[in-house]
Amino acid sequence: MNKPIHPLTDELAVGEARWAKAFAAGTREPGCISNRSGVEIKPLYTPRDWAGGQYADALGFPGEYPYTRGIYASMHRGRAWTQRQLVGLGVPEDYNERLKDLLAHGATAISLIPCNSVFRGYDADEVDAELLGTCGTVVNTVEDMERALEGVPLERISCALNDPSPFTLLAMLLAVARRRGIPASRITGTSNQSDCISHFVANHMFFRIALPGARRILVDHIAYANRELPGWNPISVVGQHMQQAGATPAEAMAFTLSSALQYAEDCIARGLDPDVFLPRFTFFFDISISFFEEVAKFRAGRRLWARLARERLGARDPRAWRFKFHAQTSGVDLTRQQPLNNIARVTAQAIAGIFGGLQSLHTDSYDEVLSTPTGEAARIAVATQNILREEAHLVDVIDPLGGSYYVEALTDEMERRIEVLIAKVDAAGGMYAAVEQGLVQRMIGESARRFQDAVESGRQTVVGVNAYRTAEASADVRPLEYPERSRITAQLARLAEFKARRAQAAVANALDELARAAHGSANLFAAVLAAVEAGATHGEVCATLRRELGFGQPLTVV
Amino acid sequence: MLERPPKVIITKIGLDGHDRGSRVIAAYLRDCGMEVVYTPPWQPLAAVVKLAIEEDADVIGISSLATDHLLVPKLIDALRAAGAEEVQVVVGGIVPPTDEARLLESGVALVFHPGASLQEIADGVRALAGRVRAVQEGAST
Repeated sequence: MNKPIHPLTDELAVGEARWAKAFAAGTREPGCISNRSGVEIKPLYTPRDWAGGQYADALGFPGEYPYTRGIYASMHRGRAWTQRQLVGLGVPEDYNERLKDLLAHGATAISLIPCNSVFRGYDADEVDAELLGTCGTVVNTVEDMERALEGVPLERISCALNDPSPFTLLAMLLAVARRRGIPASRITGTSNQSDCISHFVANHMFFRIALPGARRILVDHIAYANRELPGWNPISVVGQHMQQAGATPAEAMAFTLSSALQYAEDCIARGLDPDVFLPRFTFFFDISISFFEEVAKFRAGRRLWARLARERLGARDPRAWRFKFHAQTSGVDLTRQQPLNNIARVTAQAIAGIFGGLQSLHTDSYDEVLSTPTGEAARIAVATQNILREEAHLVDVIDPLGGSYYVEALTDEMERRIEVLIAKVDAAGGMYAAVEQGLVQRMIGESARRFQDAVESGRQTVVGVNAYRTAEASADVRPLEYPERSRITAQLARLAEFKARRAQAAVANALDELARAAHGSANLFAAVLAAVEAGATHGEVCATLRRELGFGQPLTVV
Repeated sequence: MLERPPKVIITKIGLDGHDRGSRVIAAYLRDCGMEVVYTPPWQPLAAVVKLAIEEDADVIGISSLATDHLLVPKLIDALRAAGAEEVQVVVGGIVPPTDEARLLESGVALVFHPGASLQEIADGVRALAGRVRAVQEGAST
């Protein structure tokens, strides 16, 4: 805790002792509670815990170092967060319909989640057809991307691609933009699934490439974007995957910052300038329902990243110190029992994220625990954000919990815990070494187990699951139907027709060029883009890179 | 009581890689005294069948978050084709109600949904393993 420097300290100590006695007399519980990150939470915080004397150093003003209160001077008062709902289902036409519906209902940016076959580096004709389009859109070719984005003003809207290594979806997006006459410099958005470490340790949504290959592809991707795509964020460092896999909020923040340090150090080793690449680093986090812990996690992470970027990475441009993040409400907290309760959970999670100072928000649909969301549930999720912003007025004051004795003391304590974990990863030799040793996976696994034990024993209440149970009421929730088989069949036929129609020699040449780039020092993303422009499919690009850079496996530890 | 502890394969088939559920379940069943064979995600169906036969498993637990459960009927067909139809298959994860009916019809013994307790899952698996052993003993006497 901070040193008590408040002038009223003695008086406060007396008062607090008096209160503590009354509190103990009035409660039967011992009062020892800890949050998910293991921080003990007291029943009351006073100026003895956080006095405010260190305001300038610890908090400062919004838009000023160390950014504890927010990365922009005007924060949500000036510009509300981006409402970015994840969308991805069926075939490109299905996706396009859902996208236009969401844009009409207030979404201000788009996202694209590809089918799991795309994550794994395969074309539609290489996998079990049952799985096509069931939890993401099947996009394998430039023409698929054209249909997916038909009528969407790419020059005016930011586009988050859940585009894992080797970033063929971005290549397709750029190819579509070129066909429409939109310069690449006008394209804005983020490569959302670029954090390869999080894939190897947490969700294993990568294309079976070996880790060193993924590492090279990522640095090439960042270097290309820095040079050619001024509006593009080539990397989003992801805490969400690890927290969903079981990491505590403190662990998720620490491992994310350790990954970001590793990527930044790789870029510096490549000769890139931190003042150029760091302003394009973004982050992506989970928001659990552990309300104050999440607020403190974000505030602590923001302050810590500013220090790391400035002091450890040597960035001098203040834009390089800003901790820009997207956040998603946690699906793990949602319950299948009494599913409409999830709307309340998502609301609480979203408020924590907003108070934490996020730049972009995805609110989960209440039915995500039952199936891929229905249209109605997706609209309620968007409406939740509109209500919080415009009815509840959560945007009127910047960092409204700043100065709360509790929130400031908790922010300090979360920061200390995050720093200890970063030091552990450093001691292991950095994030790549730490995941190769299984260190990170073990900690995440133990935390997942600890949380499950808490639910199992009833220490952690989950309404409808281990408390307040009622007869199952999920019958009135209609799960989404899977994509129409006829559309999947047509998609497969279109892929076959595309492969037959294209200029075969140009495709073969471009894939050869990609293979050569893998063994040389040419930029791999430039080669991926050329291959996609020549008509190579996603599966062909991935197969080439796997062959040349080596097969990989999930780095799991049980 | 079984003479040997129940032997359970905990795995993920199909394309998804989210393995929190499978890791937590594997660790818990092991702590309950079962013999657990854990695999990383992305297992081909043929690999799971081969493993079940080689390991002489009683139960296969399939963890599914993102619709990979749709492949389970194919897995059961493959087990039958390989003569391993006595191995019981359970599925845990996000399984919509209509799919649950289809899975049970295809021969899945149990489906566990989010919110199922670890104890409930362990009890279910243990009971199934007991039935597998009883059938095996019945066949050998």
